[in-house]
Amino acid sequence: MKEIVVISGKGGTGKTSLVAAFACLADRPVLADCDVDAADLYLVLEPHILRQEDFSGGKQAKIISERCDGCGICMEVCRFDAVKKDIHPDNPGQMKYIIDPIACEGCGVCVYFCPQKAIDFDPPINGKWFISDTRVGPMVHARLGIAEENSGKLVTLVRSEARRIAEENGHPYLLVDGPPGIGCPVIASITGADLVVVVTEPTVSGEHDLDRVHKLSSHFGVPTVVCINKHDINPEVTERIFEESRKNDMPVVGKIRYDNSFTKAQIMKSSVIEYTHGPVVEDVKETWAGILGAL
Amino acid sequence: MSIVVVASGKGGTGKTTIATNLAQIAGLLGEHVVYLDCDVEEPNGHLFLRPDMTKNIPVGIPVPKVDDEKCTYCGLCADICQYSAIVCIKDKVLTFPDLCHACGGCTRVCPTDAITEVERTLGVVEEGLSDNIKFIHGILNIGEAMSPPLIRAVRAEGDKEGLQIIDAPPGTSCPVITAINRADFVLLVTEPTPFGLNDLGLAIDTVRQLGLPHAVVVNRSDPDNKIARDFCRERGVDIIAEIPDDRRIAEAYSQGELIIGALPEYKETFIELFENIEELLSTAKVE
Repeated sequence: MKEIVVISGKGGTGKTSLVAAFACLADRPVLADCDVDAADLYLVLEPHILRQEDFSGGKQAKIISERCDGCGICMEVCRFDAVKKDIHPDNPGQMKYIIDPIACEGCGVCVYFCPQKAIDFDPPINGKWFISDTRVGPMVHARLGIAEENSGKLVTLVRSEARRIAEENGHPYLLVDGPPGIGCPVIASITGADLVVVVTEPTVSGEHDLDRVHKLSSHFGVPTVVCINKHDINPEVTERIFEESRKNDMPVVGKIRYDNSFTKAQIMKSSVIEYTHGPVVEDVKETWAGILGAL
Repeated sequence: MSIVVVASGKGGTGKTTIATNLAQIAGLLGEHVVYLDCDVEEPNGHLFLRPDMTKNIPVGIPVPKVDDEKCTYCGLCADICQYSAIVCIKDKVLTFPDLCHACGGCTRVCPTDAITEVERTLGVVEEGLSDNIKFIHGILNIGEAMSPPLIRAVRAEGDKEGLQIIDAPPGTSCPVITAINRADFVLLVTEPTPFGLNDLGLAIDTVRQLGLPHAVVVNRSDPDNKIARDFCRERGVDIIAEIPDDRRIAEAYSQGELIIGALPEYKETFIELFENIEELLSTAKVE
């Protein structure tokens, strides 16, 4: 089984549309949507959910106000500015402390040092993950709760479930739709993968972000190839990306023309492969062949 | 002082385009502008505002260092740590600085004062000037997972007065929250596609959870723009600007040019957007 992770550094270069298209070309793939912050692959693949589980990434502190005597030690020891103080509603001479769940990092320092043992420390449910069936194959996806942390942990969970399904059922490919950026969820998406495909675009931002994302994949020793989407928007930058990639041992496996079939396909809940027979389909097929060649 | 954040759930909808053009137009209108690029994983604002950098400040977090002479291997440090960043095995204490969130729990709990804190660098904050705009951005080190402390450092460098325009990272989790928390106003940039609107919905949920005033800019809009307008009406949020799907804008962007520089006919659009924001800011502050 080969695991192919599609990332981009810069957002909006076409990761999800291309993953949906590759899924239609791949031999019996398993899919994983690791952009758990803003998951979109389900909008095209319309998964039928078979199993749904809660996700809990870490613990969260909560002050039990009846037990709190207002000493304020929790506020002193918190480094995340998560403890707020207010006048106690029943006793104006006393202070009341509460924890801002958004600012709380779940370190538990306040819990340990509270002399009244007045702080609860339980794992909240901060997301859901799903195993589903789609018209192109099994898919593992997730939804991180709004304003929640630990997206890296949820990504790791989605990937390992998808891997398990692929290995148990002898699927030859696992296609991962990755998050944008180069931080925690991206690192969790690419470590140990067989191949990273960076989808970029010929803009100064695309070029800049490609360089950073390539340094990241090299840092973690994952073989990396590039796909230039909307290559005809700026042929000069496209040429520069080709040159840089050659120098950096990161082959360009395909370039795809600008085509609004991608948007139209999205509206019809289709991949571009299912939507059209136009010349852009050849671009996508060549890119997929290039990816298989790189494996 | 006002803090305006430009954000979006989905990446690539045009946050940087809106934020940089807005900063430039506000500067031209005589406003004291501070542009803060909080997308520290992939900062791009400098490609458009092209500031002359004057300062470079390394940013780090305090992580534990154990003095073996003083350590009695009691294991309290490992017990309090929620991130497995410090582990005690019989007569050895190991630290994993990459996992440390710098809560200071281990240092505080150690009965023999064997733990001190040393700085671990996460990235740098750079400062400069672009015309009369104060420019600040953060650059996260490659391979670094922990961006919120660097985002906090970028925000801390912002002036206490004037108009702060923050370019936020995409998504809805901790880096975004760190970039938008305690803002006066959030401008949500979307595009009229199913992905764009789905992620706009998540971004609306996020700003509402934080209780922040917000409105929408539709980028790459078509003339009738029905799906975005219907969506925003349903969610009860105002659209305060629409930037048309103009290939010339995409080309200017691809070369690192500001829209209002390359295509002056769009100046009016950004002046209007700026005036709308000013008005919404004053209403939000009265409330």
